[in-house]
Amino acid sequence: MLQLLALHLVVALVAPTMMRLLGRKGFILLALAPASVAVWALVHTRQILDGNPVEVHLAWIPTVDAMLDFRVDGLAWLMMMLVGGVGALVLFYCAWYFASGAHGLGRFAGCFIAFAGAMLGLVTTDNTLALFVFWELTTIFSYLLIGHYFERKGSRRSAMQAIVVTVTGGLAMLMGFLILGEVPGGSYRVSELVASPPPASGLLTAALVLVLAGALSKSALVPFHFWLPGAMAAPTPVSAYLHAAAMVKAGVYLVARFAPGFAENPVWIWLVLISGSVTMLLGGYRAMRQHDLKLLLAYGTVSQLGFLILLVGQPDRGIALAGLALIGAHAMFKAALFLTTGVIDAAAGTRDLRELSGLARNLKGAFVPGLLAVVSMVGLPPAAGYVGKEAVLEALNHGGQPRHWVLMIVVVVGSILTFAYGIRYLWGAYARKPGVPDTALDREHIGLFISPNLLAVGGIVAGMVPALGEYLLAPYAMSYPVGRPGHLTLWAGFGVPLGLTVLIVVVGSLLALARPTVERIQEMISPPLDADRAYRSSMRQLDRFSASLTSYTQSGALPVYLGVILIVGIGLVSTAMISGNVVPGEVRMWDSPVSGGIAVAIVLAALLVVRARRRLKAVVLMGVAGYGVVLLFALHGAPDLALTQALVETVTIVVFLLVLRRLPAYFSNRPLVASRWWRAIIAIAAGLVMSMLALSIPGTRVHEQISQDFFTEGHLFGWGNNIVNVTLVDVRAWDTMGEIAVLLVAATGVASLVFIRHRQRSVERVSDYDPELPPAWHEGPDPGPALRRLGDPGKPVTGRRGQHWLPGGATLAPYRRSVMFEVITRMLFHTMLVLAVWLLFAGHNAPGGGFIAGMVAGVALIVRYLAGGRYELGEALPVQPGALLGGGLLLATGTGIAPLFFGGQVLQSFRVDLDLGVLGEVHLMTTLPFDIGVFLIVVGLVLDILRTLGAEVDRQGEAEGRAAPDVAHDSPRTAVDDVELEEARAGGGDT
Amino acid sequence: MIEASPSLALVIAIGVQFGAGVYLLLERSLTRVLVGIYLIGNGVNLMFLLAGGAAAGPPLIGTGPEEEMADPLPQAMVLTAIVINLGLTAFVLAMAYRSWQLHGHDEVQDDLEDRRLARRAERGEFDSRDDDFGANLAVEAAEARDETEEPVISEQPSPFARGDRGDGS
Repeated sequence: MLQLLALHLVVALVAPTMMRLLGRKGFILLALAPASVAVWALVHTRQILDGNPVEVHLAWIPTVDAMLDFRVDGLAWLMMMLVGGVGALVLFYCAWYFASGAHGLGRFAGCFIAFAGAMLGLVTTDNTLALFVFWELTTIFSYLLIGHYFERKGSRRSAMQAIVVTVTGGLAMLMGFLILGEVPGGSYRVSELVASPPPASGLLTAALVLVLAGALSKSALVPFHFWLPGAMAAPTPVSAYLHAAAMVKAGVYLVARFAPGFAENPVWIWLVLISGSVTMLLGGYRAMRQHDLKLLLAYGTVSQLGFLILLVGQPDRGIALAGLALIGAHAMFKAALFLTTGVIDAAAGTRDLRELSGLARNLKGAFVPGLLAVVSMVGLPPAAGYVGKEAVLEALNHGGQPRHWVLMIVVVVGSILTFAYGIRYLWGAYARKPGVPDTALDREHIGLFISPNLLAVGGIVAGMVPALGEYLLAPYAMSYPVGRPGHLTLWAGFGVPLGLTVLIVVVGSLLALARPTVERIQEMISPPLDADRAYRSSMRQLDRFSASLTSYTQSGALPVYLGVILIVGIGLVSTAMISGNVVPGEVRMWDSPVSGGIAVAIVLAALLVVRARRRLKAVVLMGVAGYGVVLLFALHGAPDLALTQALVETVTIVVFLLVLRRLPAYFSNRPLVASRWWRAIIAIAAGLVMSMLALSIPGTRVHEQISQDFFTEGHLFGWGNNIVNVTLVDVRAWDTMGEIAVLLVAATGVASLVFIRHRQRSVERVSDYDPELPPAWHEGPDPGPALRRLGDPGKPVTGRRGQHWLPGGATLAPYRRSVMFEVITRMLFHTMLVLAVWLLFAGHNAPGGGFIAGMVAGVALIVRYLAGGRYELGEALPVQPGALLGGGLLLATGTGIAPLFFGGQVLQSFRVDLDLGVLGEVHLMTTLPFDIGVFLIVVGLVLDILRTLGAEVDRQGEAEGRAAPDVAHDSPRTAVDDVELEEARAGGGDT
Repeated sequence: MIEASPSLALVIAIGVQFGAGVYLLLERSLTRVLVGIYLIGNGVNLMFLLAGGAAAGPPLIGTGPEEEMADPLPQAMVLTAIVINLGLTAFVLAMAYRSWQLHGHDEVQDDLEDRRLARRAERGEFDSRDDDFGANLAVEAAEARDETEEPVISEQPSPFARGDRGDGS
């Protein structure tokens, strides 16, 4: 069982490759997959009929009762034969049906096999949740198959309609299954549910209605019938499979599966009776006025599905037996009819029965299976369809209850309609019509005719051995609760059933003969309710509703969105605090008076930032607040934080200044007065709520700190004394891992925003400097080349080693140079790098570590850039930032993964003791390479910032040569896109 | 358990930086928004510290009794937050610079797509679906043809080619 499912999965995956290698003949090989299902079922026939269902159990998600339980009994056996047999024949047919150059055959084949596999799982599983999963899988694959020609609007619409309708039903069914699983006495095992149904209750009724909704939507019964005719946009072989054995049969299967346990429930009976009857009559009525052969058959299927569900949904054994027989008969004749229609379509190039003529004589290979299949469909002896329908009439004749009489009338009227549209199909497809010339036909390959003929002949042969059918199907029919066992036979003697059959044939023939009149009458009566139209208009309503909802809620303004988020956040937090009765506990003024003073400075700086109109002022004040936080960290016992924040603060201010030199000096004066009060209210509320939170949080602690153990464990297992660093590289190394990844992404983002045209290939060094061009950082006219000490104008301007404090200084505009700065830089740079390396190694036991060391090295690079310009930066570190970032991440992840190869866990740390003899013992921590990786990434980030926001912005500024105005603009300007939009709208209105 | 009562100085520093940050966050200039985010970040970092307990010794083993050391966990978290803040700052500044290059200012514009959608809804463009093309199934059915014919390769009439089809195959 599981092997069969796995086989379908594997074949579906390799199908595209196979089709590419073998061309369309690959279908023949692929047909073996579904064929194996039928063979498996045949091999197990005896065992299953003897009342020993094949069962397989596999735990899947036991906690939610989702198990891969499979159980093959008589019904599942029948379905497997159909799914496998019809599937194989349809695939075989495909090998000649499609043109060898047809598009997307690999995708088609993969979807088809996967669809067959999902269908196989659906009909064999014994777990309702697994059933639901397979159910939805068939929906998805049928969606892909119906929408095979996705470049056509009609295809897409039909596929979408099918999936919307069936998924809606599927979800309802899932709810039903959940109720059935959770009610007292319920179960997630289908066999248990049917064997001992939960006691009747309102909940149970609701569950049954929901499950039936799923079945009816899948089987295209009223009121969900409209998706099936639309699905004829699928390639014809898909239609054949969909209508005959798969997809729509899933609904019939589900009803047959649950009927033995639940069919006596009055709600079930009435739902099945009403929906089935209306569907049977409506489908037949509408089939009679179609001109497209495929559409005619599609409406015929709708009618037949109503008929089948009517039968297998009744609690009576006799009716159920007839229903099961008709499921098999329908699979054979409907598949044969669709495949025959495909042959006609391929040969004649049309399916319109007003254009087809003379095919009975000219296309015998299609006429024979068409005729035989129609004989079975309309219920003439000796076909399987006749046997089934006789059994139905016989069982209903003996039923005796009012519903049996209602059913009898429906079946007879429905059968008359079936007879009429069956004749219409035969006449339409094959007859020679007066006034229509014989249709010109292509020669089709003999292989194309094999499958439809086999199926049609099979339908006749099966009817000629009714006893075999009874032997195979009676065991499952006997599991139905009431009524006498039925019989399948070709000749049941003279009686009511035979009389009704004669009536059906006579009235049906008359109806078919009066075809023009009937069509005219049908055209005059337009149906008051059109489900398809209702569906379309409801979809339009949905569009309109969601559009108006979107335009109402999505104003497109960032401040509005942020404001809404903040208001909700403030509301939630304050509500929680009030309802949770969180009150601030004891409060101290300050840890020390110094921290009080620092807090005052921070507050003043923050308030002044808000008022600042000049960008530079805002950034400097922000820096004041930042350095205030540095001091608070230091006073609070967090030396690592203080160091990090101080360095980051410095780098941040430099980054701001690098960008601000290109931006207008002042913030633009948008008329924001109107919203200012709102913003102030939200801001004050946010500040107050956070203050209250800050007051309350420390008092809410109920547990010991988790970090209590860090001291001993960090020392014992992390071999470090600086617990913050041990936390970063060992205890919570995963956090650090994520963080350095974020840094890498941010650095990449910065570079891609600024290097818009190309990524610089090589690092710009002093030797790349072109003395013909103006120097770096020039502005306005050069005050005089005499100020520059460059030597001969013809010589390249490279500072020779030892002759300059900084080699890149000569590349700057003379008035931008500062000798003092260059000298100090020369003296400090290497010292800072040494300090960085020391911090990196010492960080495990003293304040320091990869982050801090990286920032120190970054600051050293910043100093070099500020003193000597972008060529100097290239001299300082002639590598691409990407190399540092990538190398760092590689090193860190490598260190993280390495322990796996030594039997450890990811990111576990080890100590390596090396005895170097004379040099003494060295203790190496495996966390050190990790920290070096962090170091490299931080250096890479700073270098990336300098390369992009520094060097590249320099270059762009020099190239463009335009300085920013003091204020960007005084009134909000409409964006370019907006203007275009307005113009397009105006233009569209004129024409 | 370590001394937990909050210090008012820290609380006020948190509250004011938060309020000022939110006020700036609700503006449109990216630079001001970024300054706002920075202030909010400071407030959050201090809040972490506050939640970790009152001021104490640095968590360095060997510098004093462990009971008098500050909680190292919030410190480690804040440390990563500070560095990430740098990455964010650089990214938003690069965005501001790009915006200035393109539009001459660094203001966040309204989302055009949202406004376009609102306008389309006003004009009733959603009253019909573009895939709703066939008046009925019969029309759609006539359009649905399978790829069963070999494509015409040469000008020579091939036995498979049918010129009068017009089905695009």
